[in-house]
Amino acid sequence: MLKKLLVANRGEIAVRIIRAARALGIPTVAACSEADADSLAARQADEVRIIGPARADRSYLNAEALLQAARDSGADSIHPGYGFLSENAAFAEAVSAAGLIFVGPDARTIRRMGDKAEARRTAMVAGVPVVPGSPGELKDIEAALRCAEDVGYPLLIKASAGGGGRGIRIAHDAEELRREFPIAQREAQAAFGSGAVYLERFIRQARHIEVQILGDGERVVHLFERECSLQRRRQKVFEEAPSAALNPAQREALCASAVRLAESLGYRGAGTLEYLFDSHSGEFFFIEMNTRIQVEHPVSEMITGVDLVQAMLRIAGGEPLALRQEDIRLNGAALEMRINAEDPARNFFPCPGVVESLGWPQGDGVRVDSHLYPGYRVPPYYDSLLAKIIVHGRDREEAFARAERALEETQLSGMATTLSLHRWLLAEPRVRAAQFDTGTLETWLAERAAALEV
Amino acid sequence: MAEHHVQSPLPGTFYRKPSPDAPNYAEVGQRVEPGSVIGLVEVMKQFSEVQAECAGTLRAFLVEDGELIEPGQELATIDGDA
Repeated sequence: MLKKLLVANRGEIAVRIIRAARALGIPTVAACSEADADSLAARQADEVRIIGPARADRSYLNAEALLQAARDSGADSIHPGYGFLSENAAFAEAVSAAGLIFVGPDARTIRRMGDKAEARRTAMVAGVPVVPGSPGELKDIEAALRCAEDVGYPLLIKASAGGGGRGIRIAHDAEELRREFPIAQREAQAAFGSGAVYLERFIRQARHIEVQILGDGERVVHLFERECSLQRRRQKVFEEAPSAALNPAQREALCASAVRLAESLGYRGAGTLEYLFDSHSGEFFFIEMNTRIQVEHPVSEMITGVDLVQAMLRIAGGEPLALRQEDIRLNGAALEMRINAEDPARNFFPCPGVVESLGWPQGDGVRVDSHLYPGYRVPPYYDSLLAKIIVHGRDREEAFARAERALEETQLSGMATTLSLHRWLLAEPRVRAAQFDTGTLETWLAERAAALEV
Repeated sequence: MAEHHVQSPLPGTFYRKPSPDAPNYAEVGQRVEPGSVIGLVEVMKQFSEVQAECAGTLRAFLVEDGELIEPGQELATIDGDA
């Protein structure tokens, strides 16, 4: 068992980690920037160490300051939370080199899955489907046409040197590929200085579905999937577990593939494998792995009854997995609503401020993970997540009813928040019917903005 | 010649350049026009441009690159043409 844990993070996840450690009787040290000296994590931890000024690059991203705080406080372990240094292989290495325990997988695994091409190869070797594409650059249209037969239409012609959505053309059939391919090559040459292009299947209306796993270095179990398709600017807004889009056979195949991949890595700790799911064809494709705890982990905890953060701490302390796959049952449905300090009426502009009044929902099947307290000044230097309101029900319908009640009971004043967005989402028939993909929320928001302007 | 103060309505972190390796948006002594970008304010991971509101010459920056700022704080002064 870990002897003393340094929490190298802030906000709601720092509070969450402290709660898990306390349940296991592990004393905690909150590593805080000067701006977070009065945070809830600082108030709840057994000790507080100030690691630097407000700016993250001088505090939460400062590996040396975190290691020093661990040494000074006598901690034997560091939990990185999410974001910041949680997927930084060099940090994991430095923690081990300092004789401390990094709560997460080893640096080699973090590095391997952090490299997109390497992660894709690892998945293919494990027999996990990836988005079909050409193995590399395609020299001419004849090679492209041959390759397209395997990749399948519609497909994307992508510039090898491109990125961030630039340098992409679409082809729906061979004729279009003949026309677009040379244009794509010329454009790539002009825009990126290299005419190299490759092909990738275009998955229309893809859903983002991810599988939660836990491993102890030898054995891996899954805790089913989460659906995170409702996104804005690639940021998840509303998540649920399980996904309403999968049938039992698809769920079984998806979760088994995640276990296969994680076992091939000898994975140790909590991890998430992200997939695109094509609901038209029923196919799923691995896209990447996150080698850390995720913001939306509570929905998985709600449907399985497993405390993921406690499990991470036990595994880091050297215990084998206590769970067998058959012990983990999918029970009911859970939803998570991210409450951010952003104003939906002003294009989600950030609104840091002081919490004036605060009342959280209570009762059956309701959980709130938050670092707020009345009078707390939300600093402007970090992300805008204020709270996660999580609900559980026997089925999706009951979960939605509980979510509506939970939002009615929630009282939070002092700054604009995304609570109103969630009220609207819960009342939206297309959300109830689970009819959405990763592009849907932005389309709805644009429609709504246009309707308000008329 | 009027002196104008450039203020930030937002709290956050003030930057004089678009990225750590890039040159500064503007230097002291330089001409600015209404809408000229002289810096950025980062608030909760979103960036907003700080713009000059009048034509003139940038006289001084009152905060450093990377300094934390409060709402209403004066960031720079401009010697206006008018």
